[in-house]
Amino acid sequence: MADVEAADASHEPQSRHVVYCGVCTLPPEYCEFGGTVKKCQEWLKKNNSTMYERLWSEDALAAATSSLSLDAQKRAEKDAHKKALKAEAAEAKQAATIASSKVIIKRVERNKRKFVTTVTGLENFGLENKKVAKDLGKKFATGASVTKVPSGGEEIVVQGDVSEEIEEFFLEKFPVIPEDNIELVEDKKKKGSGAGG
Amino acid sequence: MFKKDISPGSKSKVKSSVQRAIRTQLVQTYPLLAPHIDEIIPKKEQLDAMKIPERVTLYLIGLTPLFYQHMTDALLPHLKLVHRFPTCFPSLRIDRGAIRFVLSGATLMAPGLTSTGGRLPTGADTEKGGYGELGGKGEEGKLYWDGEGEREGEGWYGGRELEKGEPVVVCAEGKLEACAVGLLSMGTKECKEKGKGPVVEEGHYLGDGLWRLVTE
Repeated sequence: MADVEAADASHEPQSRHVVYCGVCTLPPEYCEFGGTVKKCQEWLKKNNSTMYERLWSEDALAAATSSLSLDAQKRAEKDAHKKALKAEAAEAKQAATIASSKVIIKRVERNKRKFVTTVTGLENFGLENKKVAKDLGKKFATGASVTKVPSGGEEIVVQGDVSEEIEEFFLEKFPVIPEDNIELVEDKKKKGSGAGG
Repeated sequence: MFKKDISPGSKSKVKSSVQRAIRTQLVQTYPLLAPHIDEIIPKKEQLDAMKIPERVTLYLIGLTPLFYQHMTDALLPHLKLVHRFPTCFPSLRIDRGAIRFVLSGATLMAPGLTSTGGRLPTGADTEKGGYGELGGKGEEGKLYWDGEGEREGEGWYGGRELEKGEPVVVCAEGKLEACAVGLLSMGTKECKEKGKGPVVEEGHYLGDGLWRLVTE
């Protein structure tokens, strides 16, 4: 990795290249305010040890905290702790929603031997229906649109029976979705429309 | 302004005449940027504009965000650009205690600037130099620090008093990189005299919605 502080003013491109933390995306010196300090530290240690030394060595920490009054230090610490807890909670919550939510791929009969495929429940995995619909349409060369469901929420409607292909496509393209959380539904009025939310 | 996460809007190409206008406007607002303008917005490169909520337009080239603009206010640099050219923007420095408030989106108050850890322009018109923690006194726009040793408090924060409404970059005590960008809601001179009240109104700070915006 290129040295961050390398002052390359004399060379052709004059911009500095700044390293950003891979965990919280802030410049590493601001990681302490990000709420995921532990992870950031580990990341930096692994990826840029010189910088780690500069920021997290004991001298540096001592120098950093010495300028604050004790009271302010305590408050800052408390605040940081609270923030960390919050970040942790948010993470846990997200993991829980991912674990509990399902993507439902449903084959709906449209006209005797013609089918459309609907997909619901992608929002919980942080995917955007509109974008996924576009991708699906491109992939299968069919119409794919986002429609509102009467029960609230949205679903993607893809023309043609492509339920299995969609499953494969999702598994390959969106690793956030665990295989067990994809459900294929065949018939019309069985279940599922409520789960998408 | 960007406390909430922003979902990327649609990008549109900027007309070349508008692009030229933006370039001149930039050089006008940030004179120190003039030597680098060709690197930031190369003449041949297509500038894109992205609309984001609250009537803000974000200008980018390819995937790199450059500037944002609220309606027709001054063009403000995206922090990633500030990090690339830290010495080209008028800056202030806040003390350590204020960092965490700024990073959670609070309005910057005067005490954070007037205390020992903070820095404001000196008020002497004749001084010239590159701004920010990396800007060396007298060496215009040159990054002089070689990455060794402690250089606490050596940053240069300008001789000219900044007026109300001017764009400003906020650095932080003990940090190399800038942490926020905003418009002054109080002139720096007034700030020094009064010593309280809001100074930099809501702008763009590290870790806010604009920072995290994914520009595919």
